[in-house]
Amino acid sequence: MSGALANERLAAEHGLSAEEYGRVLEIMGRAPNLLELGIFSVMWSEHCSYKSSKAWLKTLPTEAPWVIHGPGENAGVIDIGEGLVAVFKMESHNHPSYIEPYQGAATGVGGILRDVFTMGARPIANLNALRFGAPAHPKTRHLLAVVVAGIGGYGNCVGVHTVGGELNFDPGYDGNILVNAMTVGLAPADRIFTSQASGVGNPVVYVGSKTGRDGIHGATMASAEFGEGAEEKRPTVQVGDPFTEKLLIEACLELMATDAIVAIQDMGAAGLTSSSFEMASKGGLGVELDLDRVPCREDGMSPYEMMLSESQERMLLVLAPGREDMARAVFEKWDLDFAIIGRLTETGRMVLRLRGETVGDLPIDPLAEAAPEYRRPYEVPPPPAEVLAATVPAPEDTGASLARLLGGPHLCSRRWVWEQYDHMVMADTAARPGGDAAVVRIHGSDRGLAMTADCTPRYCAAAPHAGGARAVAEAWRNLTATGARPLAITDNLNFGNPERPEIMGQFVGCVEGIGAACRALDFPVVSGNVSLYNETEGRAIPPTPTIGAVGLIDDLARAATIAFKAAGQEIVLIGETRGHLGASLYLREIAARTLDGDGGGAPPPVDLVAERRNGDFVRGLIATGQVDTCHDLSDGGLGVALAEMALAGGVGARIEPPEDETPLHAWLFGEDQARYLICATAAGPILEAARAADVPAARIGATGGATLTLPGGRPISLGDLRAVHEAWLPRYVGEARGNNPGEAHGNNED
Amino acid sequence: MKAAIIVFPGSNCDRDVRVALAAAMARAGAKNEPIMVWHKEADFPKVDLIVLPGGFSYGDYLRCGAMAAHSPAMHEVARRARAGVPVLGICNGFQILTEAGLLPGVLMRNASLKFVCRVVRLRVEARQGPFTHGYAAGQVVRVPVAHHDGNYFAGDEEMERLEERGQIAFRYCDAAGDLTSAANPNGSARNVAGVFNEAKTVLGLMPHPERLADPALGGADGRPMFDGLVEALS
Repeated sequence: MSGALANERLAAEHGLSAEEYGRVLEIMGRAPNLLELGIFSVMWSEHCSYKSSKAWLKTLPTEAPWVIHGPGENAGVIDIGEGLVAVFKMESHNHPSYIEPYQGAATGVGGILRDVFTMGARPIANLNALRFGAPAHPKTRHLLAVVVAGIGGYGNCVGVHTVGGELNFDPGYDGNILVNAMTVGLAPADRIFTSQASGVGNPVVYVGSKTGRDGIHGATMASAEFGEGAEEKRPTVQVGDPFTEKLLIEACLELMATDAIVAIQDMGAAGLTSSSFEMASKGGLGVELDLDRVPCREDGMSPYEMMLSESQERMLLVLAPGREDMARAVFEKWDLDFAIIGRLTETGRMVLRLRGETVGDLPIDPLAEAAPEYRRPYEVPPPPAEVLAATVPAPEDTGASLARLLGGPHLCSRRWVWEQYDHMVMADTAARPGGDAAVVRIHGSDRGLAMTADCTPRYCAAAPHAGGARAVAEAWRNLTATGARPLAITDNLNFGNPERPEIMGQFVGCVEGIGAACRALDFPVVSGNVSLYNETEGRAIPPTPTIGAVGLIDDLARAATIAFKAAGQEIVLIGETRGHLGASLYLREIAARTLDGDGGGAPPPVDLVAERRNGDFVRGLIATGQVDTCHDLSDGGLGVALAEMALAGGVGARIEPPEDETPLHAWLFGEDQARYLICATAAGPILEAARAADVPAARIGATGGATLTLPGGRPISLGDLRAVHEAWLPRYVGEARGNNPGEAHGNNED
Repeated sequence: MKAAIIVFPGSNCDRDVRVALAAAMARAGAKNEPIMVWHKEADFPKVDLIVLPGGFSYGDYLRCGAMAAHSPAMHEVARRARAGVPVLGICNGFQILTEAGLLPGVLMRNASLKFVCRVVRLRVEARQGPFTHGYAAGQVVRVPVAHHDGNYFAGDEEMERLEERGQIAFRYCDAAGDLTSAANPNGSARNVAGVFNEAKTVLGLMPHPERLADPALGGADGRPMFDGLVEALS
């Protein structure tokens, strides 16, 4: 064995506690060398080992008849019928994006794409959920502009459209932005690939880009808080090349059509180390790597650098015997590196050689099995008090409040963002950004996948359990509102330092809420990612469990969009409206009440039985062709949803006051859950069907004209509303308002 | 009609244009489909139409389209174009055609300095040759753009020549057909969205007609280009 030996101090520098280092010594039976220590460090990092979260993740429901692969693979796989599966996952790239926003965001997209095509799926859509600090924070404008450019720069070039997502601003992200990226892919059901290696003696093959000195110890960096000098960690951020990724996608899919591949794993966090470990560990085998053969960008790279580099656009394959030449020809066609760097063994050990000398030798199973797992102490916050609508000031003009909400950072049009993403390449975008969920046609068919990404962190901060449940329920509603049958979710759990009981309490609460909603809605978790230590100088981000969700539309001719389609339609509100203003945008933005601490009160309660009943009812109306206009109610409540429908269709509406005693501002801007707005030529039959199904429903007005008139407000012209709605983001980033401000969004632009 | 689509490393609209063109061929009763030609092949079958698809050939490294213009297939495309075989370049294909010297002018970075993906309106400037055969002169159509470098530029004299010879195929316009600056998504000189060569046998355009050639996707104004090509070249 060569190289300097490790000690406790070096171990601590690698992020291993004294206790963890003790376990390393036990497993190795000797002091590890630096390379071996580096491998333990990344494999046992929070990022790779999920040591703080694993115990809780196990409580989530992961099974359903349509689930083919749940968590544990590179991405979740669900059966969507007709011989096809959908493969999807969401993953964070938070720490890198704060340090180096362009490359951090770009490689976040690259990494999640690889997780999906590694499984044999052609990526068909990208989504993202972005959280930035307060608009007034000096870094926010730059981070927003550069992160969006980075996501677009990567996704546009690989030719996978970016069709949906969400964008939040909150001072809680001032020092830790969140970049969560999701990819959805399609594969034939009989050609799913996994990372489970098999066949002693089979060649281990490296393909893609060369290995450089970038991203070394990225996983360890992503498992620590930021302090002073976070920018000095920039060398730990990887640099992406979407052109190579595009070639890698095509080359892998070309080879996947043959019988050459036994197992495949992308080199993501912890690069060559975790990919080779994972493959061998899942197959119960050993692996021997000859590091002289690893394609390197520069001479003289050490084994430590090669094993821990997080250079992008690389894959590790195990090939069937005798298929090397065929595989080499495919990768050479695409001008990609191809190198046989090792073979599978029966030793159960990872043995690394350089110039004939053994430079590392570690047992695989003990390292994986002995990975630390913590049940960290947690504190559940006391439930916040209800906020009574009567204690919240009512506005003089509800229309003016609506315009202020729609023209502010939280609810303004996101057009400035999504116009920088190619959202139409692949020529299957059936519902473009701006609706409840994006809808992508399944190529060559009349079926479609609906997809969305959702979370409302201010609810999670106020009441973690309800916030977690609500994130799932909202994703389910967004899919339902398009007419899709919700199938499964991926969860991307972003939190602060889990070693602090109050943060761990947020985590536990949110996970329990997610689990409860998933069970009630038959909406299992099939993949996910945990990002902890999102803190700067001891200040944690708001708890942000982002939910990515996928649903199936059997007939795209029977899908709904949010746009009002014509004048003279009756507008029906589905679900119960109690006027819940706690933790609402109205409370914070119009009533100017802080939501910090328990100042915002309780978020709207989540009644999962009502969610399911109301959603199933709405989906039925869409599926039977009775309704083609539907919008779920969320941030900003009824008023905002109406405005979005009117703007999307370029058709106004007149709304009547509620029949009960609910104060108008609470009725219009309360954020009660389990609600939808739908349109129909005649409300009568729908109200009758709703009564029969025990679903609350009320006719609240009718479409028509070029103004939106809310009770308690002067009519607002759609032109004026559109102008304020479209103006905020371009003005914020210092540009004149975007072109074509007169165009409605969605697919009904005229 | 026989058609070939050239696939460069980094092309990403090759499938989209194949689908749109194949659908047009099928509507006309054809039994064949466009063939896909890998950029390393200089020796591909004789065809009636060559298409250079959109995408990021060679990752847009060096300059958009610059490296693709020198690939083996492009040498052959240039030879055939000079012999009169119709060539259609969409988006990156347009950039490649200007880099290869088959069309005048250059495509600079968008005036906004940002990538832009948006449905825009185009005015069909001339019904000339096979490419605009399916439209009426002066017709306003809705077609999406998606590019970072679509800001068309040519010197004043060159521009005058293009105008005189009727080489401007499409311009960005508003709903009324007026050439406003608000309707111009990238800062192109004189709102130019697409240009012909002098013989009208080569067309390059930044917008993507293949992306709105199917009513299920929210528009089919791109379809007449493909139907017109099939009709004119069959």
